Amino acid sequence: MSSAQIEIILVAVVVAASCSLIGTFLVLRKMALMSDAISHAVLLGIVVMFFFVRSTASVPMVLAATATGVLTVYLVELLVGTRLVKEDAAIGLVFPALFSIGVILISRHAANIHLDIDVVLLGELAFVPFDRLTIAGLDLGPKSLWLGLSVGIINLIFVLLFYKELKLATFDPSLAAALGFSPTLIHYALMTLVSVTAVSSFEVVGSVLVVGLMIAPPASAYLLTDRLPVMLGLGVLIAAGSAGLGYATAYLFDSSISGSMATVAGLILAVTVLVAPERGLISRWLRRRRQRIRFAAETLIVHLVNHADALEVAGKHPVGQLKKQLKWREPFTQEVLHFAGQQKWLVERNGRLHLTSAGSSVAARVTER
Amino acid sequence: MLGNILYDLLFDYTLRTVALGTAALGLTSGILGSFAVLRKQSLLGDAIAHAALPGVALAFLLTGSRDPLLLVLGAALAGWLGALFVMGVTRQTRIKQDAALGVVLSVFFGFGMVLLTIIQRMPTASKAGLDRFLFGQAATLLARDVLTTAGLGSIAVTIVILLWKEFKLLSFDPAYTQSMGYPVQRLDVLLTTLTVIAIVVGLQTVGVVLMSAMLVAPAAAARQWTNRLEPMVLLSGTFGALVGVLGAITSAQVAQLPTGPTIVLYMSGVVLVSLMIAPERGVVAQLRRRRRQRVQFAAEVLTIHLLNHESGTNAEFETAIVHLQQHLQWDKEFAQRVTRWIVTNGLAERTDGHLRLTAYGRETARRAMTH
Repeated sequence: MSSAQIEIILVAVVVAASCSLIGTFLVLRKMALMSDAISHAVLLGIVVMFFFVRSTASVPMVLAATATGVLTVYLVELLVGTRLVKEDAAIGLVFPALFSIGVILISRHAANIHLDIDVVLLGELAFVPFDRLTIAGLDLGPKSLWLGLSVGIINLIFVLLFYKELKLATFDPSLAAALGFSPTLIHYALMTLVSVTAVSSFEVVGSVLVVGLMIAPPASAYLLTDRLPVMLGLGVLIAAGSAGLGYATAYLFDSSISGSMATVAGLILAVTVLVAPERGLISRWLRRRRQRIRFAAETLIVHLVNHADALEVAGKHPVGQLKKQLKWREPFTQEVLHFAGQQKWLVERNGRLHLTSAGSSVAARVTER
Repeated sequence: MLGNILYDLLFDYTLRTVALGTAALGLTSGILGSFAVLRKQSLLGDAIAHAALPGVALAFLLTGSRDPLLLVLGAALAGWLGALFVMGVTRQTRIKQDAALGVVLSVFFGFGMVLLTIIQRMPTASKAGLDRFLFGQAATLLARDVLTTAGLGSIAVTIVILLWKEFKLLSFDPAYTQSMGYPVQRLDVLLTTLTVIAIVVGLQTVGVVLMSAMLVAPAAAARQWTNRLEPMVLLSGTFGALVGVLGAITSAQVAQLPTGPTIVLYMSGVVLVSLMIAPERGVVAQLRRRRRQRVQFAAEVLTIHLLNHESGTNAEFETAIVHLQQHLQWDKEFAQRVTRWIVTNGLAERTDGHLRLTAYGRETARRAMTH
C-alpha cells in the first residue's frame, strides 16, 4: 500500500468512528433524520462562507457550517412549536429550503464559487491526500485527517464528560428534567456536535453518506446489546470496519470509496438484522418454533393423561387418532414426538408410547397453570 | 412583461414543455404528499428518492438504454424495495422508523454511487443523462419525459380516486380500518407504491435531495387551510401545479437559476404564508384569538370589580375609568380595549367617565364568580 492509500484509510476510519460515536445518541433518541437535515442544510453555511474564505477545510468554514446546522435544528423546533406541522414534516420543510438557497447561490455565482455540488453530496475521499497541512515547511499529513481527528476527540471528550447526563436525558428525559439537567441544553449540545461532525466529514464522504455512517453502525450495535457503553464501542468498531472494508471493496471494483463504505455499513446491518443473537430474525424465528413445539408437546401429554395413557404407534407413526383429534400435520407431529422423547416425557414400549412419571408431573404442572 | 411570459408559455416549445412537466409533477406529488404528511411519513419520500438511484444505474447497466420510462421503472423498483425495507425493519426489529429511513436513504444512495462510478469507467458509456436523476435538470425535460410524468402520474392519481374511501380511512385510523375488514397491510403497500411513482417521476426534474420537499411542502401548506381531506388534497395538488409552473417560468427568465431549487423556494414561501395567515390555524389567527381571550377574561374581571364596588362608599372613585389603570394594573391601551369591549357587549354603560353595570353585566359577573 502506498502512503496515500494509508492516509485515505486512516481518514475514513477516523471519520466513520467519530460519526458513529455521536450517531449512537441520534439512534437512541429517535432523531436519526436530524443528521440528514443538518448534513444537507450545512451546504448553505459552506457556500456563504466560501465567499470569504476560499477553501472548504478551514476553521471559519467549519464554524459557519456548524452554525447553519444549529440554525436548522432551531428552525425545525420553531415549526414544531407552532403545532401546525408534525416533526417529520418540519424536517422535510426546513432542509430542502436551506439546501435550495445554497444550490441557487452556487449556480448564480459559479464564477466565484469553485464548489461542486457533486463533491458536497458525495465527497471525494480520493482527493484527501492532496490537501495537506504544512506548518513551517513541515508536512503533517492531510488536513482532513487533522480535522477529523480533532472532531473525533471533541466528540469523545463530550461523551465521556457528559456520559451520565446524556444517558439520563436519552433514556428518561422527564427524570433528567426533574433532576435539573436541562434537556434543551443537552439537545443543543448534541446537535452542535452532530453539525460539527457532519461538516468535518462532509468533504470526505459527502452529506448523504454522513447519514449512513452516523446511523447504520449504531443501529447494528443496537441490535447486539442492551448496554450503552457496549453499544457505543460496538458502533465505533463496526463503523471503522465498514470504512476499512469499504475502502477495500472500492479498490477492488475501482468505484466510489464513500459509496462502498455506506454499502458495507448497510450490509453489516442487514446481516445483523438476520443473525443477531436474541434479536435477530433467525434466532427469533427459531425461538418461536421451539416454543410452539414445546407447547404442542405439553398439549399432547395433557391429552394423554385425560384420554388414554398410551399412544398406538405403527413403526414410528402414531396411528389415526392424533391426527384427527389434534389436527396436526405429519411432520409437525414427528417433531413434537421427538421433542417429547428427548425430554423423556414419553417412552416407547411394544409399539405404544407411554407417559413417563416425568411426563405425568409435567402434565399436572401444565394443567395447574 | 406579463404578456411576454404568457406568450412564451404558450408558444415557446422548451418553456411549455418544462412548465407542463413541472405542473404534472407538482399536481401528482401534491396529491400523494397529502397522504404522506397525514400519515406522518413525510420523510419516507426523502428515503425513497435517495433509494431510487441504484435502480436508475442498474436499469442502465442491464439494458444500456437511456429511455426515461425504463430508467424511471428501475428507479421505482429500487425506491419501492427501499420503502419495503423500511417497513419491514420497523415492524420486525427494535430499530425505529427514523433510523431505518436514514439507513435506507444513505446505503441505497451509496450503492447507487458505486454503480455510477462503475458506469462512468465503462468505455462505451458516460453517466451523462443519469446525473439528471441526482440533481434534476428541469430545463432539459423533453416531450417524452413529460409524457412519462403525466402518464404515470395520472395512473397514480386515478388509483387514489378509485380507492379514496380506503386510503382516507387508512390515513386517519388504521386500527379501525383493520377492524372493518380492509386489508390494511396491502393498502399500506399500495399507497406507498403510488408515492414511489410520484417520487421517481419527479427525480429527473428536481433531483434526489429536493424531491421530498415536493411531497411535503404543498401538503403542509394545504393542511393549514382546511380540516377536511378532500379540499386539502385538491388544494395541495393545486399548490404543487401552480408553483411548478411559476418555478419553471422564473428560472427561464433569470439566468443561472436552476428550476428545482426555485420551485422548492417558492413552495417554502407558500408554506410560510399559509402557516402565518391561514384562518383558524394560522399563527396570526392564533395570536388574535389569544388576545381576544385575554380581553374577554379581563372584561369579566372588570364586571366583578364593578359589582363589588358599585354599592360601596367610594363607588364614585372605584368605577371611574381612569382608576382602572391603577387598581387593576392595566396599561392605558389595554384598559381602553377592555372598556370598549365591555361597553359594546352591553355589560356596562359609560356615563361621564364612569362605568355602570347593566343587568346583563351583573349577571355575567355573578356567573363568573361561581365558576
